[in-house]
Amino acid sequence: MNEGIGARVLRKEDKRFITGEGRYTDDIVQPNQRYASFVRSPYAHAKIKKINKSAAEGMVGVEAVFDGKQLTGDGIGNIICGWMIHSKDGSPMNMGVWSALATETVRYVGDAVAVVVADTAANAKAAAEAVEVDYEELPSVIKPDAALEKSAPQIHDNAKNNLIFDWEIGEEKATDDAIKGAAHVVELDVTNNRLAPNAIEPRSAIAVYSKAEDHYTLYTTSQNPHVARLVLSAFYQVAPEHKLRVVAPDVGGGFGSKIYIYPEEIVCLWASMKTNCSIKWTAERSESFLTDAHGRDHVSNIKIGFDKNHKIVGLKVDTIANLGAYMSLFSSCVPTYLYATLLSGQYDIANIHCNVRTVYTNTTPVDAYRGAGRPEACYLVERAMETAARQLGTSPAELRRKNFVGSFPHQTPVIMNYDVGDFAANLDAAIKAADYGGFETRRAEAAKVGKLRGIGMSSYIEACGIAPSAAVGSLGAGVGLWESAEVRVNPVGTVEILTGSHSHGQGHETTFAQLVCDRFGLPADNVQVVHGDTDKVQFGMGTYGSRSGAVGMSAIAQALDKVEIKAKKIGAHMLEVKESDIVIEDGEVKVPGSNKVLGWHEVCLNAYTAHNLPEGMEPGLKEGSFYDPANFTFPAGTYICEVEVDPETGHTDIVQFVASDDFGTIVNPMIVEGQVHGGIAQGIGQALLEEVVYDDNGQLLTGSYMDYAMPRADDLPSYQVSHESTPCPSNPLGIKGCGEAGAIGSPPALINAITDAIGNNDLSMPATPAKVWAAIQAAGTKQAAE
Amino acid sequence: MTTVSMTVNGKAVSGDVEDRTLLVDFIRVNLGLTGTHVGCDTSQCGACVVHVDGKAIKACTMLAVRAEGSEITTIEGLAKDGELHPMQAAFKENHGLQCGFCTPGMIMAATEFVERYKVSGIELDEAAIRKELEGNICRCTGYHNIVRSIEDAASKM
Ligand code: FES
Ligand code: FES
Repeated sequence: MNEGIGARVLRKEDKRFITGEGRYTDDIVQPNQRYASFVRSPYAHAKIKKINKSAAEGMVGVEAVFDGKQLTGDGIGNIICGWMIHSKDGSPMNMGVWSALATETVRYVGDAVAVVVADTAANAKAAAEAVEVDYEELPSVIKPDAALEKSAPQIHDNAKNNLIFDWEIGEEKATDDAIKGAAHVVELDVTNNRLAPNAIEPRSAIAVYSKAEDHYTLYTTSQNPHVARLVLSAFYQVAPEHKLRVVAPDVGGGFGSKIYIYPEEIVCLWASMKTNCSIKWTAERSESFLTDAHGRDHVSNIKIGFDKNHKIVGLKVDTIANLGAYMSLFSSCVPTYLYATLLSGQYDIANIHCNVRTVYTNTTPVDAYRGAGRPEACYLVERAMETAARQLGTSPAELRRKNFVGSFPHQTPVIMNYDVGDFAANLDAAIKAADYGGFETRRAEAAKVGKLRGIGMSSYIEACGIAPSAAVGSLGAGVGLWESAEVRVNPVGTVEILTGSHSHGQGHETTFAQLVCDRFGLPADNVQVVHGDTDKVQFGMGTYGSRSGAVGMSAIAQALDKVEIKAKKIGAHMLEVKESDIVIEDGEVKVPGSNKVLGWHEVCLNAYTAHNLPEGMEPGLKEGSFYDPANFTFPAGTYICEVEVDPETGHTDIVQFVASDDFGTIVNPMIVEGQVHGGIAQGIGQALLEEVVYDDNGQLLTGSYMDYAMPRADDLPSYQVSHESTPCPSNPLGIKGCGEAGAIGSPPALINAITDAIGNNDLSMPATPAKVWAAIQAAGTKQAAE
Repeated sequence: MTTVSMTVNGKAVSGDVEDRTLLVDFIRVNLGLTGTHVGCDTSQCGACVVHVDGKAIKACTMLAVRAEGSEITTIEGLAKDGELHPMQAAFKENHGLQCGFCTPGMIMAATEFVERYKVSGIELDEAAIRKELEGNICRCTGYHNIVRSIEDAASKM
């Protein structure tokens, strides 16, 4: 059976999950284990006047109660943002102080002020409620535009008017001139709604301190355990790196929210040392809503100018991005380099300018959530393109086609250099799959039964596999963004791959093994993928930004190159032939067309017995690689969505959703399709259902699944997913990445479809029945008036 | 503390619980059967679904003491004699899971409603499957392949 690149290999990891044998952080029990519960601020903004712990300390089962002064007093460092952005005047971003337990001021509802350690989770929780905190409430500000007003409450002393930075990209004057001279200008005000990531496994941590060894172990729900270890030691001074092991076992979804190092992990590690107990903390869902970094939350204005032939001459964007109460780990790069650099979309645009102001508000910190910046860019561009087509009276497909980048490489005015693509191929494939041409008939049919039918499209591009380390370093990244791999061939010929990527649903244990099958013709069952443990894996940057394929697998491919070279040398020596005559396939090392054949395992065994190696060769068969990408990769595609709206209720029914993507090389189509399904569902969730809502006092109104509308099975359609691929030239396997595309491309397609159906372009996400109904009424009123 | 006794996956078990202890905590903490998951605190996500006397129940909505004397099956008890239940096999065959966290609840809910439809003789079409999954949230799969898995299993059960 072919289990190599391109095969639909069933997942090796599934067995444990379908039988209940998965091992997630909360499933782990440590000897001498206690439970932590956090005391959290009920106010959006307040001074902490006094904390009285004595009642809690006296309660049953309570081991200890700690506050922020004790934490900082022990030298635990503040939480940082790891990507430096400078304002356009050259000044560095205004990063406010964030202590894992607040000492003086709380800045959002849910800000941790103290922790209780007790014998059971229930006792810890009861005692946390008994900790008396005396607050002096301060005025708060929730909306990003309001936060910039002079009269707004000041959230961090060093960020005047709550401005974190005022950043720009592109040529402002040239863009203004181009738009001024345009024959037609489309302008839209667009809000990108705030989302809660909602991995179904809540965040969890178990800290284990060994006094004898002065050593710490942290089991945690992390997408990047090595980064967690680095940051916990280098910046938060919790433990030196060589005295800290971080294990991310099975992790139940991440979507960005499990990249960051949160206060709870820092506090559990420190409290474990203080109490000499193992300490477990698992978020309740309400804590997830309050404390997992949220996503999106932009307010933007976009202008696109067209000449009289409908070619784009300039694109200008002004954005305010809400970063919440503190700067989370990658919060600064999301609304800048992951966002504005994609504003050229799939189009050839000579002039682009974007200004971004980021602000503090008294809300949960905002950071990368599936797509991270790219959905915000795509939504702006693709809503504006569809709007333009309507205003210009031309077909949305043809307007896009006319403006597509047609030759590669293509340098945009906003940093990105698109290496390869075939945008028209994906557009054509999507049009065909959706029977775009037959739509008007279907619209008429629907009208007969009183339904409003609409169709919308979106041609997205995104950037994945971030990126050459030196390049991101020059843009402010505090880390390198390479990946590492080690391929260990055992004496019996089985193979272990140790990778710095982390799987929390992506199926790496299968797809990474497929690379070995492809290379040596071994069965996938003979390959074990090891990840998620800093004691086992050399180093790694983890999984986010759809980088495990383009970067993580490239590192494995490079390590396999080295293994292959050495195995061939050994094989050639054993067979007494030239190295260049040797081929490795179907589990054999051989000279094709001859009887000179060795089993793969014979070569491996000889590598370890070292009885018959070439002169001077070291024994063993184990190679490592650190792979640093040469460029970003650029997945792109076209999505078409068709809806039926009930004008009586405003309810939207998605009747068809078509995706045609270019992900370059596809290692396992089954898994890639799954990624697209999940991404589209999250995009539809954003467009139709989801929104984090605060009241004016900063109380979270959407703090549970009763109030926050998660997409359920009957909100969603089945999807038609297909691929038109152009292999990526900048990495050895030609992979572009597929993890986020669905969430990036789908929201504008859906809103374009609904606004087409109802004949009113003025509709914001989420398009709830109430909003859609109101927009229908408004359109009707407008029509009546005209 | 109250002593509760019940049959879990065919084995008689008992343990001391507080009155407030939820069935899901008894299963996870006392019995160490961690295949049953907790994804929310408002009985919405369905990660905790088990069978109590043949009915799919969210184990976070039931007190352990209420389960006294009942017959419980968790995800760990679904495969019989090393043979996967057709629903488990179908989730693997159809890539019905990604992170796996919602999966035990999905499988336990689906096995019950497929049986229920079978007994009632009503057709279990895609719309019915999607409706029946109302109490189970998945953030990874977009449900597409979960629906395919259940259709596949239903044809084999
Ligand atoms: S944990 Fe029971 S429904 Fe969510
Ligand atoms: S597979 Fe991850 S939540 Fe369903």
